[in-house]
Amino acid sequence: MFKYFEPNKIFSITSKAPKYVLFLFIVILSIGLTEALILSPEDYKQSHSVRIMYVHVPAAWISLGIFSAITFLSIVGYIFKIRNFFLIAKSLAPSGLVFNIIALVTGSIWGKPTWGTWWAWDARITSMLILALFYLMYLVAWRIFEDNDKVFKVTSIITILGIINVPIIKYSVDWWNTLHQPASINILSKSSIHISMLFPLLTMTAAFALFSILIFLMKYNTELIKIKNKGLDRL
Amino acid sequence: MIENLFFMNGFGLYVWSAFTFTLLSFFTLFLVIKIQYNKEKNKFIAKFGSLNSEKAAFAKSQSINKEILSNTSNV
Repeated sequence: MFKYFEPNKIFSITSKAPKYVLFLFIVILSIGLTEALILSPEDYKQSHSVRIMYVHVPAAWISLGIFSAITFLSIVGYIFKIRNFFLIAKSLAPSGLVFNIIALVTGSIWGKPTWGTWWAWDARITSMLILALFYLMYLVAWRIFEDNDKVFKVTSIITILGIINVPIIKYSVDWWNTLHQPASINILSKSSIHISMLFPLLTMTAAFALFSILIFLMKYNTELIKIKNKGLDRL
Repeated sequence: MIENLFFMNGFGLYVWSAFTFTLLSFFTLFLVIKIQYNKEKNKFIAKFGSLNSEKAAFAKSQSINKEILSNTSNV
């Protein structure tokens, strides 16, 4: 099954896909921004500041999703010695880090009018900051270590340690008293968010997911060409 | 309506800052990755051009190398 993940086989797809993904991203983002900034209603308590949710929440979701994917790929790659899984994980990391930073910064901007402060060392915010540090450690490890075996081992350890933080982020609002509100959207039970706000939120999430796919494809292609450059040196 | 879109009952500064920061981050990341991609691709084309005909023919026998060389109109 893993032979389908060989770079030689998938480069013909990954090299052509970015332009289509970029087009789709621009279309979905335009719809999402129109809904988020113009069409969606203001909140009865938070007024227009609730619109920050449309960038803050998707960014947080996707940064958590990407870190989980990186961990899964690193563990499976390490167990089955699939080098390409590490390459995919490495290519996912930059967009994961940027989404994490966006979640922290937009959360801070949202915090000022809502809580009266830019920052609080509460469980949700602090655990998100810790996730950003794990992303940084992961990316720095790829820069520091040149030996493949060593970098695969170190990055796997970083992701395994970092993934412990993911359920802490998710349940921090339930386990501790925090300034952060509990989740409004639940896959298994009824969501407390109205459809007029849920629709823009999901559209923006789709746009952000497309952007992370776009960055992943471009980064993955760059990494493959880098490997091929080394191959030409050996000829 | 336009005034409401900008000021948003006094929350405009916060909302627009959050959206601007997000879009600027997207643009910066896209630009950085694009520059890295172009740099590697140009390096590959230059190295390929400096190969002798025998090595170039061998390198071109690999489909991925052909793809890299042919795919010049990428994003």
